[in-house]
Amino acid sequence: MQTEQELIRLETIINDLLDEAKKQGASNADAGLSVDNGLSVNVRLGDVETIEHHCSQGLGVSVYFGQKKGSANSTDLSAKSIKETVTAACSIARYASEDQYAGLPDPARLATEFKDLDLYHPWDISADDAIDLAINCEDTARQYHADINNSEGASVDSYSGIRVYGNSLGFLHGYASTRHSISCSVLGERNGDMERDYWYSVARDQKNLDSFELIGEKAAQRTVQRLGARSLSSRKCPVLYSAEIASGLIGSFLGAISGGSLYRKSSFLLDSLETQVFPDFINLYEQPHLLGALGSALYDAEGVATQANKIVTDGILNTYLLSSYSARKLGMQTTGHAGGVRNLCISAGDKNLEQLLKNMDTGLLVTELMGQGVNPVTGDYSRGAAGFWVEQGVVQYPVQEITIAGNLKDMFQHILAVGNDIDYRGNIRSGSILIEEMAIAGE
Amino acid sequence: MDNLLHLAKQAILVPTGIQESDIHRVMDQLISGTVDDGDIYFQSSHAESWVLEDGIIREGSHSIEQGAGVRVLSGEKTGLAYSDKIEISELLAATKNVKAIARQGQNAKIALPSRPSYSPLYSSVNPLSSITDQQKVDFLRQLDSRTRQLDSRIEQVIISLVGVQEHILIANQGSSLVGDVRPLVRLNVSVIVEENGRREQGGMGGGARSDYNYFLDQDRAFSYAQEAVRQALVNLEAIPAPAGSMTVVLGSGWPGILLHEAIGHGLEGDFNRKGTSAFSGRVGERVASSLCTVVDDGTLVDRRGSLSVDDEGTATQCTTLIEDGILKGYMQDKLNARLMGVKPTGNGRRESYACTPMPRMTNTYMLPGESEPEEIIASVQNGLYAKNFGGGQVDITSGKFVFSASEAYLIENGKITQPVKGATLIGNGPDVLTRVSMVGNDLELDSGVGTCGKEGQSVPVGVGQPTLKIDALTVGGTDV
Repeated sequence: MQTEQELIRLETIINDLLDEAKKQGASNADAGLSVDNGLSVNVRLGDVETIEHHCSQGLGVSVYFGQKKGSANSTDLSAKSIKETVTAACSIARYASEDQYAGLPDPARLATEFKDLDLYHPWDISADDAIDLAINCEDTARQYHADINNSEGASVDSYSGIRVYGNSLGFLHGYASTRHSISCSVLGERNGDMERDYWYSVARDQKNLDSFELIGEKAAQRTVQRLGARSLSSRKCPVLYSAEIASGLIGSFLGAISGGSLYRKSSFLLDSLETQVFPDFINLYEQPHLLGALGSALYDAEGVATQANKIVTDGILNTYLLSSYSARKLGMQTTGHAGGVRNLCISAGDKNLEQLLKNMDTGLLVTELMGQGVNPVTGDYSRGAAGFWVEQGVVQYPVQEITIAGNLKDMFQHILAVGNDIDYRGNIRSGSILIEEMAIAGE
Repeated sequence: MDNLLHLAKQAILVPTGIQESDIHRVMDQLISGTVDDGDIYFQSSHAESWVLEDGIIREGSHSIEQGAGVRVLSGEKTGLAYSDKIEISELLAATKNVKAIARQGQNAKIALPSRPSYSPLYSSVNPLSSITDQQKVDFLRQLDSRTRQLDSRIEQVIISLVGVQEHILIANQGSSLVGDVRPLVRLNVSVIVEENGRREQGGMGGGARSDYNYFLDQDRAFSYAQEAVRQALVNLEAIPAPAGSMTVVLGSGWPGILLHEAIGHGLEGDFNRKGTSAFSGRVGERVASSLCTVVDDGTLVDRRGSLSVDDEGTATQCTTLIEDGILKGYMQDKLNARLMGVKPTGNGRRESYACTPMPRMTNTYMLPGESEPEEIIASVQNGLYAKNFGGGQVDITSGKFVFSASEAYLIENGKITQPVKGATLIGNGPDVLTRVSMVGNDLELDSGVGTCGKEGQSVPVGVGQPTLKIDALTVGGTDV
């Protein structure tokens, strides 16, 4: 009920912002605001280390004077701030250029159906209980193995927030959502070499979080498995991206087909619509309306209704990811992707990680990537990696201080398999991905 | 320093009607009982950004961020609460929240700190109003058209201009308020060039704790544009990079990101207090060749990474991290300094009032050596010359770090030959500097573009170094 009242209060502020924009002469405007509350506790070596109480708020407004646009935002939601923020946006719009592509979305595309996506599940947990939970999680990890000898700690975080968005075309909607997580990171040491790894669980509803035991064990297990890691000699070989990092690979693909990259010509997938970008067994689809999922939303960042999408079918690219602006720049229609994809899934095969290792036979299983060595214009890819050397489908030893390199366009074409070990912890859901060949650089 | 305090009070306290006596009242409540330390951090930031794209001023935005964070320290524990409203009632509520942390705290108060002495390292002029909005957009349009005239292969030019003015006020236990006024400007030019169907990018930017006139001085803005175009055109000719361990010569300036990743993070006090860094417990040991002396210096005038006073009210300083190859010490904030029994080094930084301070770098660089850069190149039979870099990352526990070259060349028989495609370089922090066999006499600091991320908090930093020769480093190309 409190949430209902808060929603009404925030919707009133949006209306005030839009009214103020009109009063100051804007021909169109849109505005969004958010209020977040949260508790974050971190424990280390069995005792509490930090307790943070979060409460933040922000509003943003964009105004249009014909085809000129200006924006402003503020952390202050007071009436005085509303006026000042709109004034600041208007002042900037005066100096912006006439941009024939600027403007609000096509009114016909705005969301009109507002079903409940089941995103709001407050967790009534006290700081003391959160501390105890984190301590238990860390204890599990510390007791897992004799080589675990230090800790970065365990955390419990719980956030709830309200987002409201409105524009001068009459769109106004808000919703509440929650997000909770438990994470743990521990260190191990063997023969003077230290390693650290972590694990976490995140969900809209705390009931869907993994148990603290599982998170602690997984963090410790991952750390212990890395002990004794060595480099590899440089070579070319197959590379298996484990599920938790495979989503990053898909993320690079999504970046390359997003409108902003395309109209700026800073994509290695220009003019790729209706062409084969993956092998024919790959399908990418989007499910924005999944109940309770981390990426779910009824509309995009400008109020355009989201819908289930088949982005890649049988390896062929069906659609770019466009906002109203990038669509107009490209002479196309918005696809409701202002702000990105919502619950993007890659079709899974019938193999789990173990079977994929067998499938790979001899090669590199990568479980961690370092650095940002991806060139979005050319697709050239070179990143630091850590993982395991695999022979005859069996893990031989951990490896680190190596890089893996290739070209994304080529890597996507040479995916051999996608596992069914899907990682559901993010907006991109992928299983492990096996790539036919990449260059490894090492000692 | 009194002037800074006056300006900060004017910006933060006067509009909210808060008196200094009100702050003392909150501090008294905060520090009472079994806590070691506490502070209140007030912040008011005004920022703007302008983006030119496809030849037009596509968008501009203005943002205001203000609030206050209340922190209490007890033993190894930290409590933080904050509010976007700068009001005494909010501060009292936050205080009540954070005091819960001290329930099992020790009663071991440290000696009252005296008020730090510091002088302003940058002007308190507001960069946002240093030139008019009309001048800003005219400047961007002109820069765009001058850039496009540089080469017919230029397809796209994107220029962004950002300015920030931040007022800070810190209330510490037992000392009067500390204030700072921090300007920050940044300009970035990125271009895409195309030739025979091949497209490549180039980018260059710079910035300082100064105002927009910094970019007009000596036509600096245009020099960024020229550099961006030069890089993009070089990349049009690039062949696949080699893969494997080889001799690497790093250029001067921004390639100093090596020091930031390979050793800087590993020498932050928190990781060393906890024993989680590959450098833990190694003070006094050799971690670099005797040619290497590395400092973290927050006191450089007008630099992006500099602070007159850190976010805990400690004056910044020049801290020697490595001297003639020997590890000398760590970078500290107050919490970790107290727990390790050393003095804070002015490295306590926070992204904003909503975040807890941590030991962070300021400007990290290596002092110059004696070799001529040409002599360094000439000494390499076969290797890689890496002149420019993108970002980097480190695992402070294993010591493994990466940084990605965006402009690099083969060295063959002592000569720079072909440009190669970008590649990630990977190494091990505790031993990479032991392989430094030549240090140039050409120390250069970066152009003022660095942003460092740690535990989700971003802060502006600087790096620098002379030309360096590293006898063996793994280069992550595709040419195996």
